[in-house]
Amino acid sequence: MDYFCTHRARCRCSGGVVVVTNVTSLTRSGLADFVVQRVSAVIIGLYALCVFGFFLANPNMSHGDLVGYFGSTTMQLFSTVTVLATVGHAWIGMWTIGTDYIQLHYFGEHATAFRFLYQSGCLLVLFVYAAWALPLFWGQ
Amino acid sequence: MQVSVYRYNPDVDEVPEMRTSALELPEGKDLMVLDVLELLKIEDPTLSYRRSCREGVCGSDGINMNGKNGLACITPVSQVAKRGKLVLRPLPGLPVIRDLVVDMSQFYRQYEKVDPFLQNDSPPPAQERLQSPEERAKLDGLYECILCACCSTACPSFWWNPDKFIGPAGLLQAYRFLADSRDTATAERLAKLDDPFSVFRCRGIMNCVSVCPKGLNPTRAIGKIRSLLLQQGT
Ligand code: SF4
Ligand code: SF4
Ligand code: FES
Repeated sequence: MDYFCTHRARCRCSGGVVVVTNVTSLTRSGLADFVVQRVSAVIIGLYALCVFGFFLANPNMSHGDLVGYFGSTTMQLFSTVTVLATVGHAWIGMWTIGTDYIQLHYFGEHATAFRFLYQSGCLLVLFVYAAWALPLFWGQ
Repeated sequence: MQVSVYRYNPDVDEVPEMRTSALELPEGKDLMVLDVLELLKIEDPTLSYRRSCREGVCGSDGINMNGKNGLACITPVSQVAKRGKLVLRPLPGLPVIRDLVVDMSQFYRQYEKVDPFLQNDSPPPAQERLQSPEERAKLDGLYECILCACCSTACPSFWWNPDKFIGPAGLLQAYRFLADSRDTATAERLAKLDDPFSVFRCRGIMNCVSVCPKGLNPTRAIGKIRSLLLQQGT
């Protein structure tokens, strides 16, 4: 378990350089983020159970069955909530990873710029995901 | 015994290096790592490290021995040396001042943030503020911390965000005062901990628990702080 760099003596990264800020966290409260993370995980889990359960219970399902299942108001709402939960869950997770690892230690003085790019990329992907998924459930 | 020590003197050395020497250890005795350092220092007086009590009480000789943090004075060589090799480095993640001496300012700054002193807004009684034995028992496993920094410098979350994550040592003390029946600042203390970094950067890796030379459990204390925050938030 040799887990550190022998050259860190010249790296003053632990010397109080403030680079990471809270502003881009989902709720800006650690507690709220923590709760959102857990609740959204439960929602996603339940949704996965429902959908897989439906697939397993209907081995010879037709396209009509599928449309019927996902077209019910309950499923439309459940799907929407799950997509939003996924976006929230993913953002909190990706934000945490970014603020842990995209740091001066690895990225030098451009860390903040890199983190901004990374976060923009994540947001873009999540936005595209939601914009693609939501109309699927609410389309005709 | 092959002893390899991290050496760095910023005034002369361009970069740090591991310097290895062969050392004759007395037969039939299991020395502590601190004794080995003392022997090395006889040979090379420029070797620098901190020590004081030499009995696990002062917390000044926290170092990294064969990859694991601990107090040199109470760690037997036999417990850490592997295949006749002892590798000694400074505590990870803090800036090195010289050899095994690290700059602990960041660690103390985090400690300071949790207001590690009793706060009580009622007028002090004529004698002392009393506690029942049960209330006192809640502080066991918390008050024993000697601030050696072995835990915080073994914690990846502290490595990544040492300026914002309070770290296991500071959080153990935060809980020590949250759990104290005589302290009345619970709400203010909790409010200061609610951001996404101070407490919630703990990912439950439990490195802190596995290295604490006093056998304390910061992860459990952090869990209790989380529960208090949840209770307060609902
Ligand atoms: S909790 Fe243990 S390892 Fe951490 S500073 Fe206190 S005594 Fe040292
Ligand atoms: S349990 Fe938390 S505080 Fe302890 S080492 Fe892991 S992340 Fe750090
Ligand atoms: S010298 Fe005091 S704890 Fe080791």
